[in-house]
Amino acid sequence: MSSKNTNNFGGKAMITRAIKDSFLKLDPKVQVKNPVMFLVYISSILTSVLYVFALFGYKDAAPGFILGTAIILWFTVLFANFAEAIAEGRGKAQADALRASKKDVEAHKIESIATKEMSIAVPSTSLKKGDLVIVHAGEQIPADGEVIDGAASVDESAITGESAPVIRESGGDRSAVTGGTTVISDWIVIEVTSEAGESFLDKMIAMVEGASRKKTPNEIALEILLIALTVIFILVTASLYSYSDFSAKQAGIDNPISITSLVALLVCLAPTTIGALLSAIGIAGMSRLNQANVLAMSGRAIEAAGDVDILMLDKTGTITLGNRQAYAFIPVDGATEEEVADAAQLSSLADETPEGRSIVVLAKEKFGIRGRNLSELHMEFIPFTAKTRMSGVDFNGIEIRKGAAEAVKEYVLQNGAKYSKQCEEAVKAISNQGGTPLVVAKNYKILGVIHLKDIIKQGVKEKFADLRKMGIKTIMITGDNPLTAAAIAAEAGVDDFLAEATPEGKLEMIRDFQAKGHLVAMTGDGTNDAPALAQADVAVAMNTGTQAAKEAGNMVDLDSSPTKLIDIVRIGKQLLMTRGSLTTFSIANDLAKYFAIIPALFMGLYPGLSKLNIMGLHSAESAIFSAVIYNALIIVALIPLALKGVKYREVSATKLLTRNLWIYGVGGIITPFIAIKIIDVFITAIGFIR
Amino acid sequence: MQAILQYGFYLIILVVLAIPLGSYMGKVMNGEKVFLSKILLPCENFIYRMLKIDKKEDMHWKKYAMCTLAFNAIGFAFLYLLLVLQRFLPLNPENIEGNSWHLAFNTASSFITNTNWQAYSGENALSYFSQMMGLTVQNFVSAAVGIVVLFALIRGFVRVEEKGVGNFFIDMTRTILYVLIPLSIVVTLGIASQGVVQSFKPYETVTLVEPIELEDGSVVTEQVVPLGPAASQIAIKQLGTNGGGFMGANSAHPLENPTPFSNLLEMISILLIPAALCFTFGRNVKDKKQGIAIFSAMFIMLVIALSVIAVNEHAATPQLAQEGAVNILAENQAGGNMEGKEARFGIATSGTWAAFTTAASNGSVNSMHDSYTPIGGMVTMLLMQLGEVVFGGVGCGLYGMLGFAILTVFIAGLMVGRTPEYLGKKIEPFEMKMAVLVCLATPIGILVGSGIAALIPTIADSLNNSGAHGFSELLYAYSSAGGNNGSAFAGFNANTPFLNVSIGIVMLFARFAPMVATLAIAGSLVGKKKVAVSVGTLPTHNALFVALLIFIVLLIGALSFFPALALGPIAEYFQMIA
Repeated sequence: MSSKNTNNFGGKAMITRAIKDSFLKLDPKVQVKNPVMFLVYISSILTSVLYVFALFGYKDAAPGFILGTAIILWFTVLFANFAEAIAEGRGKAQADALRASKKDVEAHKIESIATKEMSIAVPSTSLKKGDLVIVHAGEQIPADGEVIDGAASVDESAITGESAPVIRESGGDRSAVTGGTTVISDWIVIEVTSEAGESFLDKMIAMVEGASRKKTPNEIALEILLIALTVIFILVTASLYSYSDFSAKQAGIDNPISITSLVALLVCLAPTTIGALLSAIGIAGMSRLNQANVLAMSGRAIEAAGDVDILMLDKTGTITLGNRQAYAFIPVDGATEEEVADAAQLSSLADETPEGRSIVVLAKEKFGIRGRNLSELHMEFIPFTAKTRMSGVDFNGIEIRKGAAEAVKEYVLQNGAKYSKQCEEAVKAISNQGGTPLVVAKNYKILGVIHLKDIIKQGVKEKFADLRKMGIKTIMITGDNPLTAAAIAAEAGVDDFLAEATPEGKLEMIRDFQAKGHLVAMTGDGTNDAPALAQADVAVAMNTGTQAAKEAGNMVDLDSSPTKLIDIVRIGKQLLMTRGSLTTFSIANDLAKYFAIIPALFMGLYPGLSKLNIMGLHSAESAIFSAVIYNALIIVALIPLALKGVKYREVSATKLLTRNLWIYGVGGIITPFIAIKIIDVFITAIGFIR
Repeated sequence: MQAILQYGFYLIILVVLAIPLGSYMGKVMNGEKVFLSKILLPCENFIYRMLKIDKKEDMHWKKYAMCTLAFNAIGFAFLYLLLVLQRFLPLNPENIEGNSWHLAFNTASSFITNTNWQAYSGENALSYFSQMMGLTVQNFVSAAVGIVVLFALIRGFVRVEEKGVGNFFIDMTRTILYVLIPLSIVVTLGIASQGVVQSFKPYETVTLVEPIELEDGSVVTEQVVPLGPAASQIAIKQLGTNGGGFMGANSAHPLENPTPFSNLLEMISILLIPAALCFTFGRNVKDKKQGIAIFSAMFIMLVIALSVIAVNEHAATPQLAQEGAVNILAENQAGGNMEGKEARFGIATSGTWAAFTTAASNGSVNSMHDSYTPIGGMVTMLLMQLGEVVFGGVGCGLYGMLGFAILTVFIAGLMVGRTPEYLGKKIEPFEMKMAVLVCLATPIGILVGSGIAALIPTIADSLNNSGAHGFSELLYAYSSAGGNNGSAFAGFNANTPFLNVSIGIVMLFARFAPMVATLAIAGSLVGKKKVAVSVGTLPTHNALFVALLIFIVLLIGALSFFPALALGPIAEYFQMIA
């Protein structure tokens, strides 16, 4: 994670800003978007009006009681606004930082690559799709585009937060550049792929700021439930007025309940806790994703991540360390292991590839063979080429070669030596174990085989086991042959693998899984990944990837880390769990509120109902106040949970449900009984209530 | 101890009979071959030919819903005219007048909605023709409508990426022909053998064995015994969770329910089909455990309700026990609260019936719920207020419960970190909208209806009692309408224009809003693909889910009705023990 993204939630400036926003959000146009809180908003206005009436003689209830209720209700609304504002705060801060990098710069437009020396300076905002621009070292890239000529190192820290520059070059999968990043060395010619205002940076700002945040289907469904409950509670309180009127008439007394107390009851019963926190939960989920340096193109994608039950993971970088490493030297045809090691080390001294280095390291570890003075031996190194598929060294008439079995076989046979059966078997054995064999020959005589092995990352096996407990299957995607793939798959503990993977193969596999009712997540970077990315339910494109891949995916991973998928799934699940848990908590709370308010309202009518006052609240007024105050304070109390998300564990659905039901269901029933009692004792003690 | 055995016996018989019937109905729903096919298949095909029904047609949910509504609208019009014009129709030996417009509206609404709320007394207000051609016909078809809508919903869960939810006419024909008629014949014969009347003769006047002297000194020596084709109507009234009695006193009347055996038959018939449909559901969604889970949730709630009623009725009230007025703990005679209960049934049988009839939205009674202890009476009321989902009406009880199951998976599904799904189908905003309508139509109907009624100044005239119990009578009436139950707190006089119309509207709303919503859910689910099951999927067939489902049903019920009940039975209870 970058330093830029580690803003402190509790930062003073951010809180000040959130408090200011809480008041700005009192605008009815904002309020009406959240139906449950809109009800509280209306109730606040209603009680305020009743208070004014009371001052002029029309008394619904004691003016002090009405005023107290009105004030608490206004605070309830403000607390809900604050929850949303504080959740938005982080995104806003991030958006500000991004905006700072989105300056209007001068772009050097050119006609064609051939005439790249003749550029015209134009403002970056005037660039159109398809325009060509040249960017030199030290200049900012004016718009999103594809590199079509040249290569340069680019500082993308403005977007990724990663300070190490990356290489961008024409052709291949590293050709996409983002407007707002800076070229550090060399030059590149870019074909512009987005118009001003629609660039990646613009989208990113909109997303982190929450401006383009639409309610997700799941949020809408939940809101329907909340609205329905609210409607029921409106009917409950309205009918209670008439029931009370009826009962009072039967007893020959006046209707004992005031509108104020009914409004208080309504606000307490309505699912205000979840209503107030719902949007904060959604924004915070998005924010957590941004913190993980992943940019989701829609909130829906995060929810889909929670549902994913198939993860298609690239082998390299996710399951295995990026490169193969030398694991063993296997001598053949009478050579010793040390001879093999010695020759292998010599041939690898100048080999700067990770494989080559690992051979040197292994030789040193096993036999203490140290680096030698290269110039003294007059060594001439033969680099690896695609044609020879071998590398090696010539010195003092000695010729050492190492390479793929087929290549070395051809090389020795051509030079009149033999390729033994023993060697062939050693090669085969290594392949069967999922390794890569490199055959080593000295003066056309085969000494042995180097066993290069994929090194499984530490902890992945446990990770996959955890995922399996949650019902998520992992599929390893690799270009290796099926034999190698199977061996690695078994070692890493993935559920299945796709060997010799082609883009078409991936696409087909995703379609197969989806047809069986699974939801599939994958990562990809190349242009040829685009169709599979477009098909997958959750598609994470690497930021280093091509423009096509980025457009096909519904998330972009700015770190381009292949393990990110697992984090994304966790964030998705956590978001949904938080939503469900707080809904449960909110509804479960109502029981205690009934026990506080109903006896308070009707003790006069039916004295026997005072037995329902099981909390032993001080008086009718204090009971109603305590319930309403609890109702307001619980919103504030739960803001940290809404922002952080409920605790998440990789266990089965049943275990998760049991756990959350205990905490938020049973806890939701018990907590308000205790809290309302405490508030009652407190407000009575300080004399807020007679 | 003996009483506990009795309660257990009733419950066991119910389960033993429901399981095979469930799989039988499953076959009927799918059009599979059953043992009656040989006889009934020709009849079935004959009906299709006569009515020009295309056997191959698979209806989109909207068409299915239109057919359902149109069918009910026609049934309503027909029944309304019949009731108003019965004076001019045959089989009216007592020359009973036509019903008033509002009573006819109420009765027609009541019978097409499978409620069978009766603002009249059958022996005084209806001709034999109205009873048979009007009410009994609706007893069959309104029950069948509930079942076919359930079938459509089940298809919604079963079918994958299709459009149709079944054929309304075929479902109706099969349900009536293969399920309701055969069962009715069995029950009719059973109860007729016990002495339930089945006759077209005029009422008979008989001489009393023991003349009765009234308070004013006059002596009554004769009694009119009402007759009629009762047995056949009573069988379907019980089986189809209709509940509308042939006589005003319903199954407390000796000619509707003469013996312990007839009582057993009638009582088991109340819950038989609703309970069996749970197994039909499990069988046809190809996961029997799902059906058992839903059944268990309903069964547990029934047992709880039954226990509370039983304990309270056996314990009676301090007032009854005062100075030894009633020997509550009598060993050899019926002790406890026997007010309003038939001596030949006693507390266990009356209490069980009360629980069964309000759990199912049946509404027939063999004792007067008005006379129950406050808490005993509250439980009968609450069972209706829960939305009639503790078995509930035939078909509609289960689809109501599935609505609650959808709410439950929604909340629980989120808590396991997935967007909710039920039986492999994703629950999205549209399903949610419809599910809340299914679950909340009953509370809405009850709260609005009783809320308005409580404000009407003349309402007190309809009440038999004042104070908290008077309020309970009012609340019970609307709960009965909102739950499409049809039973009443006996003292309530409902035959006034306001009550007839308002209760009629509540019945219609509480019946058809959830029905259309259910079909909409079916239509939406049928087009969805099925999500694969993994350990990450919320299981909906284990004890945890059953507990959660019960909790959600009780919670919604409690949240909706706690204040109302506090002013009625709960207040009365505290008065009683004060």
